[in-house]
Amino acid sequence: MIVEANTVRFDSITLDSGATLAPVDVAYETYGKLNAAKTNAILILHAFSGDAHAAGISHETGKPGWWDSMIGPGKAFDTNKYFMICSNVLGGCRGTTGPASIDPATGRPYAMSFPVITIGDMVRVQKVLVDWFGIERLLSVSGGSMGGMQALEWAAAFPERVVSSIPIATTARHSAQQIAFNEVGRQAIMADPDWNQGDYYGKQPPARGLAVARMVGHITFMSDDSMREKFGRRLRGKENFGFDFEVDFEVESYLRYRGSQFVSRFDANSYLYITKAMDYFDLASGRGSLGEAFGQTRARFLAISFSSDWLYPSYQSQDIVRALRALNRDVAYVELESNYGHDSFLVDVAEQSDLVRGFLASTFEKIQ
Amino acid sequence: MSAHGPKKQAFVSELLGRGDYAIIGDIVEPGTKVLDLGCGGGELLQWLAENKGVEARGLEISSERVQRAIARGVSAYQGDIDQGLADYPDRAFDYVILSQTLQETRNPRKVLGEMLRVGRRAIVAFPNFGHWRMRLSMLASGRAPRTALFPYEWYDSPNIHFLTVRDFEDLAALEGVEVERRYFLAGRRKVTFLPNLLAEVAVFLVRRQGLRP
Repeated sequence: MIVEANTVRFDSITLDSGATLAPVDVAYETYGKLNAAKTNAILILHAFSGDAHAAGISHETGKPGWWDSMIGPGKAFDTNKYFMICSNVLGGCRGTTGPASIDPATGRPYAMSFPVITIGDMVRVQKVLVDWFGIERLLSVSGGSMGGMQALEWAAAFPERVVSSIPIATTARHSAQQIAFNEVGRQAIMADPDWNQGDYYGKQPPARGLAVARMVGHITFMSDDSMREKFGRRLRGKENFGFDFEVDFEVESYLRYRGSQFVSRFDANSYLYITKAMDYFDLASGRGSLGEAFGQTRARFLAISFSSDWLYPSYQSQDIVRALRALNRDVAYVELESNYGHDSFLVDVAEQSDLVRGFLASTFEKIQ
Repeated sequence: MSAHGPKKQAFVSELLGRGDYAIIGDIVEPGTKVLDLGCGGGELLQWLAENKGVEARGLEISSERVQRAIARGVSAYQGDIDQGLADYPDRAFDYVILSQTLQETRNPRKVLGEMLRVGRRAIVAFPNFGHWRMRLSMLASGRAPRTALFPYEWYDSPNIHFLTVRDFEDLAALEGVEVERRYFLAGRRKVTFLPNLLAEVAVFLVRRQGLRP
């Protein structure tokens, strides 16, 4: 499945902060075919560092999408049955307007003059995109991690537009621990002299700070078990310690590699803005309680968490499920056994696929 | 054939290989809202959804069984019966089903109370520990009884609260629970005589006394 990236431009959007952003470009990809009644559309929502390329082989880069194991012919999100849309989030750096985009008022990149955004803002931009497609109701909204936050926000903000929601490995509010890890990442970037108050476009970007931020991130995505399995205490290309501060251990090499890889595909200012949006996320905020946030939704929910995910632990998914149960909403939930930590929703997808496939099929049947 | 003809044969058909399911499938009114506690792989709920158009929910402790239920389209969630009902508002369901699980719960009295808080009616099916084979097994062997219905060694058994037909009737009276219907089964045969001695499985349809469902 070779896929093409597309971009559409919208006039403007008003943000939670009160600021207005104009214009707003949205990069998106689609998979499968929208049926005549437009009842088979599913919005796929990417995690923090993801992008619109969720599935298939990119026409430009030749690389598979970040959820290619879940989306395709005969897969959980079956392109023979459903029409999937995935867009890059607002504030991102992969085609949708973000801090690296040109501010039409100055002709230069926004950098730190880009307004602070929220998960709610990201979802409002997606809603504009869904409107543009002429889709009245989405069969499902689904994603893991930050994508799961958007899946919850969709159900709360646009209850009449969502038939079902599949939040995976996520939370209804960022915890102190989650905020803390994000703050370490931001401080690493801002402590890099090359960051230069965000004004580094066309110059040397804060590659060291961004790489360190990503290294911390990767630790939180794995589990003690998966790191032991993958690296143990193995040394990297040597028999004995080097007695210096070059790479000794495999795990150090891996983190450095991941850090440096990330720098080539991600903008440091986007890192700041998107992590801030996650930290601000609290579905109950401004709505009274989690129960009131879900008060209007009649969507069917499938929540999934993973046993070894300590970044978004199961109790956070269970809080979501309990709030829905108190409202007597239609909710399915299971904790899957996996050693891969938070990364499980991306890499350990066999059981997750069976759940999503069955849930979508029965949901689709109900609206026929 | 008279209207009573088939009933006199006193055979119950099986549903998904189980007599108690056949009775539950018969009791549940179409288009109702049903919660099945200990729903396993969701087989009964799927049958009720497809054949009676019920809105089906399931609670199940095993991750593997919840996965099977969700994969077949049933809204099941992973949780513990002893605690799992607390979140629901009062009278959220028309029926709350507990099939062959009451004897496995830590606090059966509380579970029955909670079932009748969140449900207008409860359907409770359980293996009858008062069956003559159990009594004979214990009398003859002097050991914790093992029969086809209770095949476990005492130390492996998930059954931690054994009860008989009479015990359930006593609990119902104590809790102010009205028994609307009772069914007794031995294999596929309906038992109408000496149920506490002859029934292997009992199915009760109950509701709170004085509460109009």
